[in-house]
Amino acid sequence: MYRSHVLVCGGTGCSSSNSQQIIDALETEIAAAGLADEVKVVKTGCFGLCALGPIMIVYPEGSFYSEVKPSDVPEIVQEHLLKGRIVKRLLYKETVQENNVKSLNETNFYAKQHRVALRNCGVINPENIEEYIAVDGYQALGKVLTEMTPQQVIDTILASGLRGRGGAGFPTGRKWSFAAANQADQKYVCCNADEGDPGAFMDRSVLEGDPHVVLEAMAIAGYAIGASQGYIYVRAEYPIAVHRLQIAIKQAREYGLLGKDIFGTGFNFDIDLRLGAGAFVCGEETALMTSIEGHRGEPRPRPPFPAVKGLFQKPTILNNVETYANVPQIILKGADWFASMGTEKSKGTKVFALGGKIKNTGLVEVPMGTTLREIVEEIGGGIPNGKKFKAAQTGGPSGGCIPAEHLDVPIDYDNLIAIGSMMGSGGLIVMDEDTCMVDIAKFFLEFTVDESCGKCTPCRIGTKRLYEMLDKITRGEGTLEDLDKMEELCYYIKNNALCGLGQTAPNPVLSTLRYFRDEYVAHVVDKKCPAGVCKHLMQVTILTDKCKGCTLCARTCPVGAIEGSVKVPHVVNQAKCIKCGACIEKCKFGAIVKK
Amino acid sequence: MKSLEELKAIRDRVKNNVTLRKEDADAIRVVVGMATCGIAAGARPVLAAFTEEVAKRGLTNVMVTQTGCIGICQYEPVVEVFQPDGKKTTYVKMTADKAARVVTEHLVNGKVVEEYTIGSISNLK
Ligand SMILES: Cc1cc2nc3c(=O)[nH]c(=O)nc-3n(C[C@H](O)[C@H](O)[C@H](O)COP(=O)(O)O)c2cc1C
Repeated sequence: MYRSHVLVCGGTGCSSSNSQQIIDALETEIAAAGLADEVKVVKTGCFGLCALGPIMIVYPEGSFYSEVKPSDVPEIVQEHLLKGRIVKRLLYKETVQENNVKSLNETNFYAKQHRVALRNCGVINPENIEEYIAVDGYQALGKVLTEMTPQQVIDTILASGLRGRGGAGFPTGRKWSFAAANQADQKYVCCNADEGDPGAFMDRSVLEGDPHVVLEAMAIAGYAIGASQGYIYVRAEYPIAVHRLQIAIKQAREYGLLGKDIFGTGFNFDIDLRLGAGAFVCGEETALMTSIEGHRGEPRPRPPFPAVKGLFQKPTILNNVETYANVPQIILKGADWFASMGTEKSKGTKVFALGGKIKNTGLVEVPMGTTLREIVEEIGGGIPNGKKFKAAQTGGPSGGCIPAEHLDVPIDYDNLIAIGSMMGSGGLIVMDEDTCMVDIAKFFLEFTVDESCGKCTPCRIGTKRLYEMLDKITRGEGTLEDLDKMEELCYYIKNNALCGLGQTAPNPVLSTLRYFRDEYVAHVVDKKCPAGVCKHLMQVTILTDKCKGCTLCARTCPVGAIEGSVKVPHVVNQAKCIKCGACIEKCKFGAIVKK
Repeated sequence: MKSLEELKAIRDRVKNNVTLRKEDADAIRVVVGMATCGIAAGARPVLAAFTEEVAKRGLTNVMVTQTGCIGICQYEPVVEVFQPDGKKTTYVKMTADKAARVVTEHLVNGKVVEEYTIGSISNLK
C-alpha cells in the first residue's frame, strides 16, 4: 500500500517541457531513498494550469508544485517524501500563505471552476483502466445495459439539455433520437476528435487525461441508437492522445467492456481509430465521414443528414469529444443534476482553452453562464504587463471578437451568437491593446483561405478575395468603399458556401467591422494602424533630442538601415527599414519610436 | 465483463488506490514525525504500519502524512492525530505494533490509547 502518490502531468504541454524527465528522475531518486514501496509515481493528464508547467501534485498533502525542473527532484524526494517537509519554494505561489498552505481548490484559478468533462484529468493514470474503474468508470455503461431501455437513455440525455460541444450546439438527445428512429442493418457512432481550431486543445486534453470516458460514452450511444461499431477520428498530430486511445481500446477489449456480449447482455460494440492528416475541413461532419470512408475529405450537401445517411450511407451519429465526456456522468447522476448547472438554454459546463495575452494560459471548465470577465480577470489572472483588455476571440476561425463592452455577458451558446461570435469548440484567445483588429481578421482569413477545400466557389474564391481586401487595407491602400464591398462579400459567402467552413469564415471580419470599425477607418482614411502592428502603416523614427549617438541601434539593425556617426543623433533610412523593432528594444534612452 | 457485479467487484478492489488523491477537510490526519531524529528512532516502520493498517481496514476518512521535527526528539517516534473537530492527541515512542493498536482503538473506535500518549509517558504532567 502506498502512503503517498506523486502525480506528474503527462499532457502535451507539460510533456514538451520535459515532464517525462521529471518522472524518470523521481523514480530513480525514490528507489535510491528506499521509498519505492511507499511512494507511487503516477503520470496523469492535464491539470489545466499549463502556464506553470511542468506541474506535480503530491498527495495526501495535496502540495501543488509548479515549474518543476529535473534538478529539483532530489530535494522533493529527500525533503518532502522522506522527511515530510514541503518544499515551499516550488509551491504554486498562490497556495503559500503565512503559516499554512492553501488548498488548490481555493486558488483563483480553480475556485470558480467546476469539473465535469475534465473530472478525471490530472487525477487518474489514463493508461490504466483500473484507475478509471476506481472512479466509477464504466458504471454508467453497466447501468444503461442492465437497467435501461435505449429510449430511456435518449430521454435522459434529452432531459439533461446537453448540447453538442463541437461548435453548433445541437441538442445531443435529439440527434440520437433521429438516428435511433431510422431502421438499418448497420449504424455507426463516430467521435469527432479532429479539433482543428487554432488555439483549442480541450479535446486533446480529455483524450490524453481520460480516454476511457469517451469509449464508455460511445458504447452508451451505440446502445441508444442500435449501433455496434464506433470510430474515433483523431488527428495524427496528437501522438500522445492517439497512443493513450490505443492503450485504452486494448484494455477495454481485454476487460470485455468493448467487444461481444458486454455485461452478458448480448450487446456488442467495438471502436476503431481513424487518423486524420490535420485538415480543418475534416472536422466538418460530412467531410469527416467522407474521410473515414477513405476518400478525400470534402463536405457534401445536407440533407440527407448523417442520422439518415451518414458513414457508408448508414444512419450515423457524430459527436464531439467533450460532448461524450459529459454522458456517463449524466447517466449516473441524472438529468436533473446536469440541468441544474448552466443557463436556461445551455446546460452543464464548458471547457475553454485560454490563450493569448493572459497570465494563466491553460484549460478551464466553468458552468455555462459564467461571464467573460470572470474567466479573464479571476480565473485567467488578468492581462500581463499592465496592459488593457481589448477583445476576446471565441470560436476560432468561425467565431468573432468580443469587445470590452460585453465582458459581463453570461457566456452560453445563444448569447455568444447574439453578440456576433460563437461558442465554437471553446478556444478563447485574449487580446490586449497591442493587437490590431484588422490584422486579426486577416490572420483568420489567411487560415480559412489555406484550409478551404476548394469544392465550392463562394468559399474557394470568396475567402481569397476577402483576404486580398483585408491585405489592401493593412497596406493603407483601402478605400471606404472597400469596407462596404467587403461586408457585402461576407454575406454572400455566408449564404452560399456549401459547408460550415465557408458559411462561418466571414465571421471574424464581420465581428471586427461591427465593434472596431474605427480601426478599419483609421487604416483607410488616416493611413494609420492605431495598435502599431501593420508594418506598412508605421515608421520607425529616432528622436534627435533623446539620441546620444551611442551607435548600438545601428549595430543591431539587421538590414543596416540606421545611419549616423558616434555622438551624433542617428537617422533611420526608411527605404531600407523593415520595421522589425529590434532597435527599439535595444535603445537604452527610449529614443526610438514606432508610429 | 460478464456482469455489473464483476465490475463493482473490480471497483471495490481498486477504489482505495485513488482515494489518497482527494482533498478532504473532514479527514482524521495522522502525522508522523519524520525528521532526522524521528527516522533515527524508527519512524519509518511506524509510518508504514499506519499506511498498511488504514488501507487494510478501508478507512477512507483517514489521511496518513508526515511532518518534520516538532521539538521533542527524546520522545521520537512521535505521531500526532488530528481530528476534524480540532482535537489533537500526541503519541510518543511509537512502534509498528503500537501503531496497529492506535488504528483499531483510536481511529476506528474513537478511543484514545491513553498509555501511549505523551501525558502518560512523560512525567511532565
Ligand atoms: C469547418 C468545420 C470544422 C469543424 N471542426 C470540428 C472539430 O474540430 N471538432 C468538432 O467536434 N466539431 C467540429 N465541427 C463541427 C462538426 O461539424 C459537428 O457539428 C460536431 O462534431 C457535432 O458534434 P456535437 O454535436 O457533439 O458538437 C466543425 C465544423 C466545421 C464546419
